[in-house]
Amino acid sequence: MAQTEHYILNMGPQHPSTHGVLRVKVELDGERIVHCTPVMGYLHRGIEKLMESRTYTQCVPFTDRLDYVSSMNNNWAFCGAVEKLAGIEVPERAEYIRVICAELNRIASHQVFIGSLLIDLGAATGMIYAFRDREKVLDLFNIICGARMTCHYIRIGGVIKDAQDEFLKETQKFVDYVPQMLQEYDNLFTGNEIFMERLKGTSIITKEDALRFNMSGPNIRASGHEYDIRKIDSYGVYDRFDFQVPTGTKGDNWDRYRIRFEEIRESARIIQQALDSIPAGPYMAKVPKVLKPAKGDVYHRVENTRGELGFYIVSDGTTKPYRVHIHRPSFINLQALDTMCKGLLLADAVAAYATVDPLMGEVDC
Amino acid sequence: MEVVDIVPPELKDNVIVTSVDALFKWARGNSIWPLSSGLACCSIEMMCSAAARFDLARFGYEVFRSCPRQSDLLIVAGTLTWKMTPPLIRLYEEMPEPKYVIAMGNCNIGGGPFSDSYSVVKGLDQILPVDIYLPGCPPRPEALIDAMLKLKKKIQHPEVARRAE
Repeated sequence: MAQTEHYILNMGPQHPSTHGVLRVKVELDGERIVHCTPVMGYLHRGIEKLMESRTYTQCVPFTDRLDYVSSMNNNWAFCGAVEKLAGIEVPERAEYIRVICAELNRIASHQVFIGSLLIDLGAATGMIYAFRDREKVLDLFNIICGARMTCHYIRIGGVIKDAQDEFLKETQKFVDYVPQMLQEYDNLFTGNEIFMERLKGTSIITKEDALRFNMSGPNIRASGHEYDIRKIDSYGVYDRFDFQVPTGTKGDNWDRYRIRFEEIRESARIIQQALDSIPAGPYMAKVPKVLKPAKGDVYHRVENTRGELGFYIVSDGTTKPYRVHIHRPSFINLQALDTMCKGLLLADAVAAYATVDPLMGEVDC
Repeated sequence: MEVVDIVPPELKDNVIVTSVDALFKWARGNSIWPLSSGLACCSIEMMCSAAARFDLARFGYEVFRSCPRQSDLLIVAGTLTWKMTPPLIRLYEEMPEPKYVIAMGNCNIGGGPFSDSYSVVKGLDQILPVDIYLPGCPPRPEALIDAMLKLKKKIQHPEVARRAE
């Protein structure tokens, strides 16, 4: 039998389906993928290093630009770490507002996921619907802090501005709209034969592989692990809310899609409970103007939309952190790309990139 | 003799006489084909401006191409790092003339929040000729639309744009 050489194809950094500037070297045998190597660093801005030359308060805006479609969760992760380090007690109302904002942002982020997955699979209409509904969430952020994406709303010690009645009322309206919205998505594309065929049974991550790669977030839950930081290492006031952690069974593309879909529903449930029980009171703790945490280190993790986002901060007792390390879920989830793509057709690799849902701002940091 | 006098009097109401140059400029300014080259945060706002609410299609600019050979506008949306510079220059060189560049976001104007970073290019104009600077971090979709309309003005009336500088 004649032997042929493997062909190496370069995807990216300019490619419509690599979600930014990811470059993937794909080794092909005919049309089947033999090996696939992600090349990163095209968006490396040195955020960890920059944080060393900023005060703790000045570091917060950088976290917005890590995972830029879920900035509220990122703000919370960093602020939570500093609060742990400096021993700041966050007022109850602020915790509730944080939960509402973080869950709203989770919905917005999953809508970007759905939109970009559909556009990668060739259904540009789906993106229009997802982005139409995402605007509703961005409007809420606009009311509460004046920004659409990079909010910088959650600050050390609480939130920067109180949630007005208008915000709470509009949020209620949005939460009421969520079931109708999901129904519309379901009618539009979930039952679509082509969509199902392309996602079901492709790029499977087994239960063991998911653990081996140290994955987190919806990707590990799709493989059957009930691993959610909000449940297992609860932070804020998440332990007061009743919500499910949706898990998949097979760990294929379809499961990863369905889980994000269900998470939107669960997020809406959490927001509803938070809206019903939000207490009155102050929204910002007494934080010293010059924040000088004691010497020591701290690790704080939250459930970002993409998985476990952790900040490891070392303080040397001055106003600036001595070292910040960011545990980025996208970066770690991306390691599984090779295993996912092995043996697949080249056209299905696009679906695999989309369902891992990496964000290059977070991967390269 | 005026050019207009060539037109027979019975066609005066139906025929517009212009120069080929002006016609091309008019058409070019109304159908810009941007290259979808999202680098970072700004690309999400770029997608938003093409989506339902802001609907760039109203102005004829919605044809986002993935191939530089088919596009005439490079929207550099997001932080540009030194590692990304060679691919970006190559993309720019692959685009056919006439081509335009919008520097979207503070990062592309002067480095933005990352201006003291070791890996970030401090201003897109260090490596590419920039037509429109669009500040914001990230700029809202309305701002991007405004920038594209300014570019349209610049394409259709280059002499006015030059005077404004």
